[in-house]
Amino acid sequence: MSAFARSACEQLTSLIHTVDADSTFDVVRPAEHGSVMVRGRAGGTGQLFNVGEMTVTRCTVRSHAGAVGHGYVAGRNSEHAEAAARLDAVFQELDPDRAEPLVIELERAIAERSRAQQQKSAPTRVDFFTMARGENE
Amino acid sequence: MTGPLLKGFSDTVADSGGAFRAILRAMSRPGSVEPLPVPDEQPSGMSPAAAAVLLAMADHSTPIWLEDGPHNTDIAEYVRFHCGAGLTPDPDKAVFAFLGTTASYFDGSVFSPGTPDYPDRSTTVIIDVDGFNGEEVTLSGPGIDGARQLAVFGTPDAFWPGMIENSRRFPLGIDIILAAGDAVAAIPRSTQIEVT
Repeated sequence: MSAFARSACEQLTSLIHTVDADSTFDVVRPAEHGSVMVRGRAGGTGQLFNVGEMTVTRCTVRSHAGAVGHGYVAGRNSEHAEAAARLDAVFQELDPDRAEPLVIELERAIAERSRAQQQKSAPTRVDFFTMARGENE
Repeated sequence: MTGPLLKGFSDTVADSGGAFRAILRAMSRPGSVEPLPVPDEQPSGMSPAAAAVLLAMADHSTPIWLEDGPHNTDIAEYVRFHCGAGLTPDPDKAVFAFLGTTASYFDGSVFSPGTPDYPDRSTTVIIDVDGFNGEEVTLSGPGIDGARQLAVFGTPDAFWPGMIENSRRFPLGIDIILAAGDAVAAIPRSTQIEVT
C-alpha cells in the first residue's frame, strides 16, 4: 500500500495494464478528499505536537473475486487514489513470486526520485553558525 | 468480516442530501410515506431505505445499536465502513437503533428517551417493516392537519401499544422511522396514535 501511495500516478497506471489488463472493479467508496492531522515530535523525541493538516485522498474498490483494495494517497489526485486501490486489490490475488519484483521496482523508483530531490535541494542548504554562545555554556 | 464489502450511495453528496431532505419531510409530516435515494447495495437483513437513513445520518459521533449486536456482521461491517459509526451493545446509549423485519418484539423502553434538560438526546429507532399497506392507524398531532391514516404491514409485536406508551412520555421519548423498500415514514414522539 505504501509503495503504491508514494509512486508516481503514471507509473501505477502503466502497472495496472501490466498486471490486469481487462479485470473490472466495483468502486465501493469513490475517491474522496479529506484531511488528516499530522503529528510529530521535535527531534523525534520531544512532546507530541500537531505539525499541521495534510490533504489525503482515499478510495476503496472491490474486485469480482471479492478482494477489497484501499488506496490512501497524499494530495488531491483521485486518479492516483483509485489506481492505488485497484493495485492493492490485484496484488492480494497475485502470485507473490510475480508481485515481489514489481513492488521492488516501484520502491526503486521511489528511492530514485527521493534521491534526485535531495540532490537538487542539498546545494541550497544553509547552515547557521552562532558566533557568540549563550552564557549557559 | 463475512461477505464482500458493499457499495454505498453512488453519488454520496447528492444522495445523502436527498435522503436527509426526505427524512426531514417524513419527520415533519408524521405518517406520510416519503421515497428517498437508496444506496447501490445494502447488507442482507436491511431494507434499502433503512440503509439510506443510516448512510445519510450516522457518523462517528452517533453510536448505533443493532438488534443482534455485533453478531450481525454484514450490517455491522457496512455501518462501520460507510458511516464510520461505532456500535454499542447498550440500547440506552445509542443515537440510532435498527430493528430488522426478523425482530419479533418491540420494547421502546430500553432506548434512551432523552433527559428533561436535553430531550433531543434520545434514540431514533429505525424499524424495517414489510410494506406501507395493511393495518391502518390514525395519527394526529403536530405536522398533521386533522388526522392522517398510516397503513403499515409487518410491525413487530407490541409495537403499537409501545408507541402509544411512548407518546405519553412527551417531551421525552423515542422517535421512529419505519422503512420498507425505498421509502420511509416517521412517527415522532409528539404524534398521537389511535389503533382502530
